[in-house]
Amino acid sequence: MNGSQSILEAKDLQVTKAGALVLDIPALTVEGREILSLIGPNGAGKTTLLQTLACLIKPSRGEFFFKGQKVSSNHSFLEYRRRVAMVFQEPLLFDTTVFENVGSGLRIRGMKGPQIREIVNENLERFGILHLFHRSARKISGGEAQRVALARAFATRPEVLLLDEPFSSLDPPTRESLLVDLESILRETKTTTLVATHDRMEALRLSDRIAMMNKGRILQVGPPAEVMNQPLDEFVASFVGVETILPGQVIKKDEGSFVASIMGQEVEAVGEVELGESVVFCIRPENVTLAVHHSKESSSARNVFPGRIVKIIPLGLYHKVQLDCGFPLVSYITGHSLENLSLREGKEVFASFKATSIHVVRRSLRQRLS
Amino acid sequence: MDLILEGIKKAFLLLITLDPEVMGITLLSLEVSGTATLISLLIGISTGTAVALSEFPGRKILVSLINTGMGLPPVVVGLFVTIFLWRNGPLGFLEVLYTPTAMIIAQAIIATPIVMGISLAAIQALPKNLRLQILALGATRLQMVWILIKEAKLPLLAGVMAGFGGVISEVGASIMVGGNIRGYSRVLTTATVMETSRGNFDIAIALGIILLLMAYFINLVLTQIQQRERPR
Repeated sequence: MNGSQSILEAKDLQVTKAGALVLDIPALTVEGREILSLIGPNGAGKTTLLQTLACLIKPSRGEFFFKGQKVSSNHSFLEYRRRVAMVFQEPLLFDTTVFENVGSGLRIRGMKGPQIREIVNENLERFGILHLFHRSARKISGGEAQRVALARAFATRPEVLLLDEPFSSLDPPTRESLLVDLESILRETKTTTLVATHDRMEALRLSDRIAMMNKGRILQVGPPAEVMNQPLDEFVASFVGVETILPGQVIKKDEGSFVASIMGQEVEAVGEVELGESVVFCIRPENVTLAVHHSKESSSARNVFPGRIVKIIPLGLYHKVQLDCGFPLVSYITGHSLENLSLREGKEVFASFKATSIHVVRRSLRQRLS
Repeated sequence: MDLILEGIKKAFLLLITLDPEVMGITLLSLEVSGTATLISLLIGISTGTAVALSEFPGRKILVSLINTGMGLPPVVVGLFVTIFLWRNGPLGFLEVLYTPTAMIIAQAIIATPIVMGISLAAIQALPKNLRLQILALGATRLQMVWILIKEAKLPLLAGVMAGFGGVISEVGASIMVGGNIRGYSRVLTTATVMETSRGNFDIAIALGIILLLMAYFINLVLTQIQQRERPR
């Protein structure tokens, strides 16, 4: 507890629905200003956790603390509920104008006309929907509706924002533009945010930490690269995907291609980025080839790194080879090449992958919290 | 055929000249049924909303009872209201049998389950998470209920219309507890029955046209409501 104070802390939190345990969180701490993604399949308990933290579901056991204070009696429920805000998967707008919708949280708090107007305008502008002001909530598109729902939540100036898959009902272009806007708004307002998603790329982009959930439990929680590179078990591995995730910073820029520093090593990739920007590289194991000798002409790959084999895991048709090249890397190779190259754990090899095979995620928004 | 044509001609004449008897009957009808509907709104919307928002054992049985009540036969209501208000009955001391008050009581009993059933359905038809969203915006329970009722205002209006439509066109209970006394408890339906049995088709048709116009107006509003969509 040095410097960044924890804003939410759950202890031994359990929720039972119809006799079945649907949420079981022995401990969870959310730091102030951090963005924590809850990721997992349907029924993992993401929504239940968010609704419990919003005081919409009563836990059957356990408790949680807001800034060190226990959230318990009905009175403190209301007081606490007015300091957090939740946005659902559906926009759930009221049958009135966009303006009245965004102002509804303020009206509930007993705020009056001119004050409401000012805050509503500010938030409509923030989400780029000022022109919808007088429109009926019935006559706007799905993407606009979700923007109104987010503006309505932000208008109450929440100290904790709970987002329950707010993009999942939108089509890809709409979703992308809203995601870009939300990213910068979260950076600007520095709002502590818990966001449930089943899209791991979304989680990778937005979050400081990822909590992987399944069957009401948090299986693993940590920085995105940690969860994705070192999944604790097979379930996490299968869900977060197989790519090696490498966070880094852009240090050199050229026409179309650039070089990022990944744990002190220079890796070349393709894409439009800005100098100094934070990026995340996703490298698929089948794109990483291994060689015993470093021969320039035999490979068109531009990234070649010497490394040591940490572990070889047989996966049926192929083997998963975990490497340490100064940064972690995973490669898939066939049993045939395993024998040809006489690979074993501890052996020194050269790993290579093409600059074009790297999936680049721009992550300009914020530095990871330390 | 002459009978009908002659009847219609005279009926329009009665309507255009604002015949005092026809107008008196119409106004009393509106007054009795309007008051009864108002009473049914107070009881029906509050109870319907309460049932829609709560969970308790026997809830399904209660809901099916309310739904049955929506089709309460007016003559049965008339029978029981008469028994209760009869001089020797439990509420006989009120001395309201054969008055417009008795008609209001009977009509309110008919309209209340209709309004209640439609209110219940209207609140239940709102998106499941809307309640949670309102609470998540910081609302108290009372604020939440009020916002839900506002959100369901159109289907609730349908309930009002259905309740009013049910009692304005009802005849059995009104004639039993009101007595169809000229200038005192005679309403559109009871007058139509009487004038028809007497062979005064012109007045009966005039009254019938007024009832039809009301039915048309009610359905016009209902149709408008049904055609509207919910916001996303």
